[in-house]
Amino acid sequence: MRRIEITINGRKHSHEVEDRTLLIHFIREHARLTGSHIGCDTSNCGACTVLLDDEAVKSCTVLAAQADGQSVTTIEGLSGPFDGLSNVQEGFRQEHGLQCGYCTPGMLMACTALLNENPNPSDGEIRHALEGNICRCTGYEMIVNSVRWAAENAGGPK
Amino acid sequence: MSLVGAKVLRKEDPRLLTGRAQFVDDFKPTNVAFAQFVVSEHAHANIVSIDTRDAMKMPGVLGIWTSHDFADYPDLPGGLPDLERPPLATGRVRWAGEPVAVVVAEDRYAAADAVAAVRVEYEVLPAVTTISEAVAPDAPLLFPHHGSNSIVTVPMVDDLERVMESCDMRATLHLVNQRCAVVPIEPMGCLADWTMEGLTVWATFQAPHHLRNKLAAWLNVPHTQCRVIAPAVGGGFGAKIVWSPELFVTPLLSKWTGRPVKFMQSRTEAMLQMTHGRDQEHDLEVGFDKNGKIKALRFVVTQNLGAYPDPTGLGLPVLTGWMAAGCYKVPKVQTAFRSVVTNTTPVAAYRGAGRPEATYSIERLVDLVADRTGLDPVEVRMRNFIQSNEFPYETHNEAVIYDSGNFPEALRECVRLLDYDAVKAQQAAHRNDPSKPLIGIGFSTWIEIAGFGPNGSLEGFGHLASWESAQVRIHPDGSCTLFIGSSPHGQGTETVVSQIAADELGISFDRINVVHSDTATVIQGIGTMGSRSVPMVGSATKVASQRLLVRAKKIAAHLLEAAEEDLEVANDAFSVKGSPGKKVGWSDVALASFQPLRLPPELQAGTLEERLFQESPNFSYPSGAYGCVVEIDRRTGKVKVAKMVLVDDCGTVINPLLAEGQVHGGAAQGIAQALYEEMKYDPDTGQPITSNLVDYLIPSAPDLPGFIPGRINTPCPNNPLGAKGIGESGAIGSPPSVVNAIVDALSHFGVEHLDMPVLPEKIWAAMNSNHTTHNANGAGR
Repeated sequence: MRRIEITINGRKHSHEVEDRTLLIHFIREHARLTGSHIGCDTSNCGACTVLLDDEAVKSCTVLAAQADGQSVTTIEGLSGPFDGLSNVQEGFRQEHGLQCGYCTPGMLMACTALLNENPNPSDGEIRHALEGNICRCTGYEMIVNSVRWAAENAGGPK
Repeated sequence: MSLVGAKVLRKEDPRLLTGRAQFVDDFKPTNVAFAQFVVSEHAHANIVSIDTRDAMKMPGVLGIWTSHDFADYPDLPGGLPDLERPPLATGRVRWAGEPVAVVVAEDRYAAADAVAAVRVEYEVLPAVTTISEAVAPDAPLLFPHHGSNSIVTVPMVDDLERVMESCDMRATLHLVNQRCAVVPIEPMGCLADWTMEGLTVWATFQAPHHLRNKLAAWLNVPHTQCRVIAPAVGGGFGAKIVWSPELFVTPLLSKWTGRPVKFMQSRTEAMLQMTHGRDQEHDLEVGFDKNGKIKALRFVVTQNLGAYPDPTGLGLPVLTGWMAAGCYKVPKVQTAFRSVVTNTTPVAAYRGAGRPEATYSIERLVDLVADRTGLDPVEVRMRNFIQSNEFPYETHNEAVIYDSGNFPEALRECVRLLDYDAVKAQQAAHRNDPSKPLIGIGFSTWIEIAGFGPNGSLEGFGHLASWESAQVRIHPDGSCTLFIGSSPHGQGTETVVSQIAADELGISFDRINVVHSDTATVIQGIGTMGSRSVPMVGSATKVASQRLLVRAKKIAAHLLEAAEEDLEVANDAFSVKGSPGKKVGWSDVALASFQPLRLPPELQAGTLEERLFQESPNFSYPSGAYGCVVEIDRRTGKVKVAKMVLVDDCGTVINPLLAEGQVHGGAAQGIAQALYEEMKYDPDTGQPITSNLVDYLIPSAPDLPGFIPGRINTPCPNNPLGAKGIGESGAIGSPPSVVNAIVDALSHFGVEHLDMPVLPEKIWAAMNSNHTTHNANGAGR
């Protein structure tokens, strides 16, 4: 057991954890932020995607101890000018980029990271950037449309 | 303005987009413990001993239970006599992954450690994983007392041999509809809390009332002490209407430990324990004339049930037989089926459940007829379609009466959207240019059976009934709550029923909320499955709202001193036609409905509440025409879906955005079955070899195409909405269009059929086998 401190969505969370504790379990079980989900055990599905110092990572493949002293942004940390939602969140709402919503938090974080890096991606670039995030409901086209909406509305409500 | 038919954004989205929706694993009651199952490492074995002593000593372990602890409880509900599934394997394990023992510990890490420390000694038995192995004369038997691995056999009444002989031409096809894993992104999970007041179970489930009924009976507790809640549910696709042991075991673990107990599958556990779908083999023969008119169809299904016959799994080949002839007028149809058990995960519903299998086979056969007659596949379809003036159309099975449709129009629209002639020209040009990929064009004109269903239909699968319930409640401020018996988990049903109620009641969409998936608040319900929500609960909402409005108008008329028939309702107010100034708000009518002094004498306080159990006289029959263009890399055999046209007829569309989303998702799963997915077992050991998402390929965004939607509308005559349902259409219609396109692309190699998933290696082999005919009989065996 060791005490680690991770800043999540701007707030410091300090807990005693086992060395083997995964970052996703630190976020969900210790910090009790349950928006990030677990959908596999092989880092394929991306439901647990969060930003670790602004880079999208699958938090099931990072040990909590590895993130000691770093900053994490989860779905609960997203916000923006669309009635409190960010352009990416609002894009998913406008373009029906989600159905059951289970993959959605990870998908939103991956899309947020994509647009931070490439504010105006092509459809092909969007699909490529999301290849680590599985959605079983939408067939992806409406997710692509959602990201395009987010890119076109990055400046806030028109 | 009518909301029905409008692109309304979903009520469900804000909580899901902000991480505020609560899925089962998000609940963490005080003092909750965690359960994990010890599972069989062998496909088939006798359990010699289970040693839990070391595991019991591990830190945080609260207890370990095996089958003899459940000796006082019956087998899981709905199986066949003598072939029922026990809550934990008893004496024998029948597939790799079957739960053998269960550990409860302080947290999931401690539980996993203890599971690893439980020692189970097995006497390994030979295993069968395929149909052919299971029915071999000397096959090892899963249930020796039964005497055979064949569990159900329904033979043909007439083998149609004389009719076949009289046909100009006949063609046979043996094909495999491979086993798929369902893979909702949220695996199975449940949380049980058995207190002095009774049991509460939070389960990721599609039919919470159904679970409550079965669970209470199994535990021998009254319904009043057994509450089931399906909170946010991360996809179901049929696998979450199945009786898995954790749903029954976890409540007892809570009782025995005196603590809330949670179980949450890992993905690997889900791949082994969550029921699989499909896994049928078909022996087909079609007789036809030289003009491509189909005269006779023989359709024999063998269903791999997996290790135990699941109640839904038992129904799959029945549904396949029902829909065997698709949207064609075939004078003579004979169907038969046999279901066998194997040492594999049990098979049950997966999006479409028996109908994708029927559609795939008839649509492959129609292309085979086109191939043999030299006619265009579109022309063969047109010549065999049931015509739009022939409904209701009685099929070969008395249970199946097609209600409506316009198959020629759907296909014409598909051909138009596909730009068929242009693609055909491109195909010819590419075929002669080795630098270009091969192009193939495939169609699927399909019909399915949905809207389950008429009285008796779901009872056959062990449900309470086949209706669906809706309850409409007006609050004193004129806002409205809908309680619905459906249990949506991504379909957007909250939005859809709110649109319907808003139109009927004249109450703003934003002043309507929807309660579902809790047996303590929703009177009764059946659940979300079989593309039934819009036709059943949508209709229930519409009719209940209409009935309530009659009484609301009486109150409004009383308040306005006007005649009821002169009133109209819109924008949260009742007004007198022709006198726009004379109006009363819904809020005042609602308030008056609770105040006896303001009510007309024939009404009592609380009258603005209506509940309805909506029945249906028939199933609904969504249909459509899908067209697919593939490009095949000549060097590698890799397939790219270049174009995918999806023309649907689901009758009345409530919300086009959500309807399109359903079709996209279904088509994605269908394309995935055609190209990528297969649950496989090692033939020697029976070990699953695709038991995680590394080995089992779920497509991600770059693996799937964009979609070209199309729509025709023939309203369903069997419900007040005219809606047919659309949840399964994409998964049913798309696989044959993809495979037909691939076979078309390879037709000059003599290819007549390739089994799914059509992996690049199969295509490469077909392109590099010296042009020997890939006969329908040879391929896929």
